[in-house]
Amino acid sequence: MGLPGEGVLQGLAVTARTMTRRADTRQYPDVPPDLPPRSRGVIALREENCTVCMLCARECPDWCIYIESHKEEVAVPGAARPRQQNALDRFAIDFSLCMYCGICIEVCPFDALFWSPEFEYAEYDLRDLLHEQGRLGEWMATVPPPPAHDPRGEPAKEEAAARRPAPGAAGGGA
Amino acid sequence: MSLAELGLRVALVVVAFLTLPLVVGQAEHKVMAHMQGRLGPMYAGGFHGWAQLLADGVKFAQKEDLIPRGADGPVFRLAPAVALLPYLVVLLVIPLGPGDLVAQPLDAGLFFALAVLGVGVVSLLMAAWASANKYSLLGGLRGAAQLLGYELPLVLSAASVAMAAGTLSLPGIVAAWRPWWLLWQLPALLVFFTAALAEIRRPPFDMPIADSELVFGYLTEYTGLRFALFLLAEYVGIVVVAALTTVLFLGGWKGPFADASLGWLWTLLKVFAVSFAVIWLRVATPRLREDQLQRLCWQALVPVALGQLVLTAAVVTAT
Repeated sequence: MGLPGEGVLQGLAVTARTMTRRADTRQYPDVPPDLPPRSRGVIALREENCTVCMLCARECPDWCIYIESHKEEVAVPGAARPRQQNALDRFAIDFSLCMYCGICIEVCPFDALFWSPEFEYAEYDLRDLLHEQGRLGEWMATVPPPPAHDPRGEPAKEEAAARRPAPGAAGGGA
Repeated sequence: MSLAELGLRVALVVVAFLTLPLVVGQAEHKVMAHMQGRLGPMYAGGFHGWAQLLADGVKFAQKEDLIPRGADGPVFRLAPAVALLPYLVVLLVIPLGPGDLVAQPLDAGLFFALAVLGVGVVSLLMAAWASANKYSLLGGLRGAAQLLGYELPLVLSAASVAMAAGTLSLPGIVAAWRPWWLLWQLPALLVFFTAALAEIRRPPFDMPIADSELVFGYLTEYTGLRFALFLLAEYVGIVVVAALTTVLFLGGWKGPFADASLGWLWTLLKVFAVSFAVIWLRVATPRLREDQLQRLCWQALVPVALGQLVLTAAVVTAT
């Protein structure tokens, strides 16, 4: 405890100092926000990469991905019999259910799903948050390029594997 | 003084009465925001929200004029006017500059101003009692205790200046003021400023309103224009308190140069500086508890004011 009124003076000093600094307010609708890289705004779909493996739909914790497909026969010239291939009919994500965990994007083995930082897709009706294939495809244009690899981080698994001498090569053969 | 001149003076006072509080209110919006690292109003009027208070006024005017069923109608309706009028009347006697730059030079101007300011407690009690609401009543009782208590240091510290100047006339006090009074009357200045803050129920002395405990104290039942009038009274109160502090303790129209021609400018500058201090204190201090409020008044302000009176009397008789 110091002099009486010391606390008041300290408070006055703090507010005066704050007043001389610039306000932290971001004027959002007027000025677009600078989002951090890898922001989770909306999920984009690259249709051509989807093989209807259903991994995303099965891993989704709240089952908000709807996939419908049919099988097509592809006749490969020279092959003994035609091959079967999955064809995507419908791919939809219900963003009123989605909890933005990103598991679908993690598990997709063929890079068909991506995070996009776009977030301004609020709707007046909850049902309109069900984004069908076309809408999900449109988000692809907003997906940013992946961030560069951290120069001081560990090398990627593939890189490390490529550097390792192949078994049986020179130096091996113990 | 001819009738036309009188009308002109009263009209000018009314204009000041309507514009200065808006300037202070807007300054409060912006200063408080920046002191808290915000921007404050940015949209109304286009440029940095300059028209925010006008927009607020339009909004208040559109609201339903609600009077609770149990309320005492006439008293309830009259209270905002009683809150507002004393401040308007006080503005009449505050000198803006030397010579004739005062709406109504009264010989007992200081006495008149303090007496009229005392009417504030009546409006508060009217609003509190007529609302038929327990929160209003609690707020009103707190307010009555606060206002009556702080009246004493307010009057004592003002009396010190009056004694030093040897006159009760506000222009007379400014004319007698010397810069070294700033030091001599410093305790009185601090006591007067603090007590005046409590008189207009500004934070940190907003115990009668205390929105976290009493909803909104004696203003709980007020809506629309009547509520706006109470708010306006608060901001006119800031102007009046700042003007009285300026005139009594800060030398009114006396500035570094050109007192005769630029006196009004010095007065206004000082008024705005004191208003800024009022806003600043609001941002930086938490609300006083009821017992702290009374202790500050009776154990700190009153003894200091009495000591200042003794000091003033000693210096006046010695010279």
